[in-house]
Amino acid sequence: MTHFAAIGLELAVAATGLAVLLLDLWVRPEQRRWLTWTALLAVGGIFVASFALTVPEPARMFGGLYVLDELALFFKRFFLLAALLVLVVGQEFADRFSAGHAEYSALTLFALTGMMFAASANDFVLLFVALELVTITFYVLTSFQRRRVVSLEAGVKYLILGALSTGFLVYGLALIFGAAGTMNFEQLAASPPAVLESRLLTVGLLLVLVGLAFKIAAVPFQFWAPDVYEGAPLPTTAFLAVGSKAAGIVLLLRVWFVAAPALTSSWARPLLVVTALTLLYGVLCAIPQRSLKRLMAYSSIANAGFLLLGFCSGSAAGVAAVLFYLGGYLFAVLAIFLVATLAWRGTDSDAIADLAGLAQRSPLLAGVLTLGLVSLAGVPPLAGFFGKFLLLKSVLASATLHPGLYAVAVVALLAAVISLYYYFGVVRVVYWGQPAAAPQAPILLAWPARAALGLCVFGLLWLGCFPANVLNLAQLAAQSLPWR
Amino acid sequence: MANLSFIIFCPLVAAVLIALLPRTFNVLFRAVALLATGLSLLGAVRVFVGFDSAATGLQYEQHFRWVDALGIGYHVGVDGLNVGLVLMAALVAFAAVCVSREIRERQQLYYMLVLAMAGGILGAFASFDLFLFYFFHELALVPTFILIGVWGRGAQRNYATFKLTLYLSLGALVALIGLIALYVQAGQTSFNLLHLTRHLALNPMAPGTQSWIFGLLLFGFGILVSLWPFHTWAPLGYAAAPTAAAMLHAGVLKKFGLYGLIRIALPLLPAGAQSWMNLLALLCLGNILYCGLVALRQRDLNHLLGNSSVAHMGFAFLGIASLNVLGVTGAVVVMVAHGLLAALSFALSGFLYHRLGTLEMDQMGGLLQRLPFVGGVMVMAMFAGCGLPGFANFPGEALVLFGAWKSYPTVTVFACWGALVIAAVYMLRAVRAIWHGPPLDRWKDLVDAPNLWVKLPYALLLAGLLVFGCFPRLLTDPMQPVVSQIVQRIHGETVTP
Repeated sequence: MTHFAAIGLELAVAATGLAVLLLDLWVRPEQRRWLTWTALLAVGGIFVASFALTVPEPARMFGGLYVLDELALFFKRFFLLAALLVLVVGQEFADRFSAGHAEYSALTLFALTGMMFAASANDFVLLFVALELVTITFYVLTSFQRRRVVSLEAGVKYLILGALSTGFLVYGLALIFGAAGTMNFEQLAASPPAVLESRLLTVGLLLVLVGLAFKIAAVPFQFWAPDVYEGAPLPTTAFLAVGSKAAGIVLLLRVWFVAAPALTSSWARPLLVVTALTLLYGVLCAIPQRSLKRLMAYSSIANAGFLLLGFCSGSAAGVAAVLFYLGGYLFAVLAIFLVATLAWRGTDSDAIADLAGLAQRSPLLAGVLTLGLVSLAGVPPLAGFFGKFLLLKSVLASATLHPGLYAVAVVALLAAVISLYYYFGVVRVVYWGQPAAAPQAPILLAWPARAALGLCVFGLLWLGCFPANVLNLAQLAAQSLPWR
Repeated sequence: MANLSFIIFCPLVAAVLIALLPRTFNVLFRAVALLATGLSLLGAVRVFVGFDSAATGLQYEQHFRWVDALGIGYHVGVDGLNVGLVLMAALVAFAAVCVSREIRERQQLYYMLVLAMAGGILGAFASFDLFLFYFFHELALVPTFILIGVWGRGAQRNYATFKLTLYLSLGALVALIGLIALYVQAGQTSFNLLHLTRHLALNPMAPGTQSWIFGLLLFGFGILVSLWPFHTWAPLGYAAAPTAAAMLHAGVLKKFGLYGLIRIALPLLPAGAQSWMNLLALLCLGNILYCGLVALRQRDLNHLLGNSSVAHMGFAFLGIASLNVLGVTGAVVVMVAHGLLAALSFALSGFLYHRLGTLEMDQMGGLLQRLPFVGGVMVMAMFAGCGLPGFANFPGEALVLFGAWKSYPTVTVFACWGALVIAAVYMLRAVRAIWHGPPLDRWKDLVDAPNLWVKLPYALLLAGLLVFGCFPRLLTDPMQPVVSQIVQRIHGETVTP
């Protein structure tokens, strides 16, 4: 495999993004929506094509900077699927942008490119570049509704806090390079013990972890999430919650398990504390929320906690559980945001109370929203349940070695019960909340929206009822990390 | 038709079918639901009749691969323990759909949810795989929530809905952690119950491990069965629930926890069981006496029935706590009997609520003159609730008390009080307040159940109570070998340390 064949998927996505930008110059305004459909088709095609790609052996390219293994491939497919659905949400949301529809799609595709590079990062340099590509496009995507003050405010907040986290990251990289003389994950892991035990490396690695904790919104670096999620346009929020978080997770997986396994395994106890705090902070703060976006922000913090459970268990089963959980999370979150976009068309609302009467206006949307929320709450027969089941199982299986994990399992149990309260609170509003205004008209759905809703429901039920296929992929991907 | 998967998936497939029908086909929704639960019931009757009590092992067994990587399979079957429960569940599900005539709004959603509940619980009782068992039970959680929320009644509806849902999920998750811990500690890569039973019979876990896992299962399942002091969700929830949801939940779903204890916790964790039984015997007195006394004070019929149903669960717990053949057999008979009784009582109270618009017992009186059929059935149901011979509750409670006398004589004395005195007092007072006395003018236009079709669900449930009451051997004979095997394992371990 040549270098350029290895990054073929990323190149295809970036080329699509550039093509959309360029074509926008010649296409007449009333035909611009076709640009998004083209981009959508292209991403769908790349997603399908990614299954033609097999990697029997991990391929290291560009001097070990870039690795193509099952883990990278799993995440690339994940990001492509997420972007596919986000583009549909964006298209349904387009009437609320004053201009720049094609740019929105193009920026989404550039962020997708960054995420796909992040999935293959095997070196702190690529980690940094990929993450910056994602973050900088998100600054723009967040403040895309430039006539809405909250959107601009969110963009500025994200910019400042994002720059802060980048600062941590860069400082950490400098210290790591100073201590070890290499930026490559595998070379770092193979460094002599004197290097691995040096304080400089420890501090550097900690700073990198801080930068990644910002990305996945883990306590104590979660404070940006609610404001940014609330201010950003719905499709951006959805992409932040799914794509940006998963990019953080894949990088965290590589750094945690590949770059410095010896060092990170000695940090098991602080990780337990962070996980427990993230879980509790997310679920407790979500209870009083009245805006669905803020609710989803806190829910995304809580879900970061659930994902960290897989890191806590520190086993291949735990990592496979993380991957599976992310799959279920993708379908659930995008289903929720797609329904929210469709239900709030023509309003500037994001209040949960405004979903009242949705079950009468559109039983289909109400049903899909319920499935998404219930899956996040972790109830069978949906994907979220199986993900939580796998996570708990991996934690309890490792708990025989680290008894501290029992405490985390108890916290996770409490968090799951509390989360049920606020997710079901939304279901309550949808099915028997009192609408404030007179009954509104039924909601008509275009076929792409229907198809996307169908895809989400299919994903939720398929992962929940027939998890074997995706679980096998996840287990295969987890095996590509070095397990001692 | 005598096929367990057919019985389980009839309601589930019908639920999907109803979802796909156009919104305006109001007549079809009910017809499809009746047909599906009716076929399920026929299947369950044929399984019950065709069950061979002499044979050992599982019957009507079906086994498919599901998630090989984790050792999870689709494995259903019946033995003596659950054959009666499956029949009871199918009967209650059919009756619940029958009495749903009162539902006029959003029928499509309603029947989907009721069918999902019914299919889930039938599946849970038939499962022989730990994961499948839990999976099927949890299918009912969301339907229950929406059913009570949308079609429920009373000012406390929202509070009751959330309380019930949160308690049930807490219980279910605690039990899930217990089940996973059981799987992990057994060191096996299979969730198959038969496999785990065989493995743990030969290589039992350390008693300390058994004890903490049993604790998780006891309280997890206990919360689902409204074990005192975790019972407060039940009366509130049942009072707020629409008739069919109350019937299915109080009658069938609640038995899931007891079934889990008998099917999974006792045989797999015999040493753990012994360390918790003293506590369980005390807690079940909380159910029998405390909730009985609470029921005494209720003015609302549904609150009375709800508390009485929690009190009856105490007998099932007492039977389990006695850890002998009589007691455990009695517990299972109580489960079947109470399932039919609770469903019947809530069906009748739903009928009354629909006709009267209230369930305050102060405002009723002399109704037997206006409603001879419904009144007669309800008086019989209340007698069954006091444990009158001839109804299925009598053999169940009698067996439990005989069994418990050997293990916990003092507790049994108090339980007898609860069964014979307190239950009789509140049931008979309710009979007097509702049915006897001078008829009130405001109810002079009441109409009884008009035809056979309306009477059918009540008659079926009552017939079930009478048949199992007069011929309890129908239930106890098939159960004998399974229960004695479970009990032997528990006491076998104490004899040989």
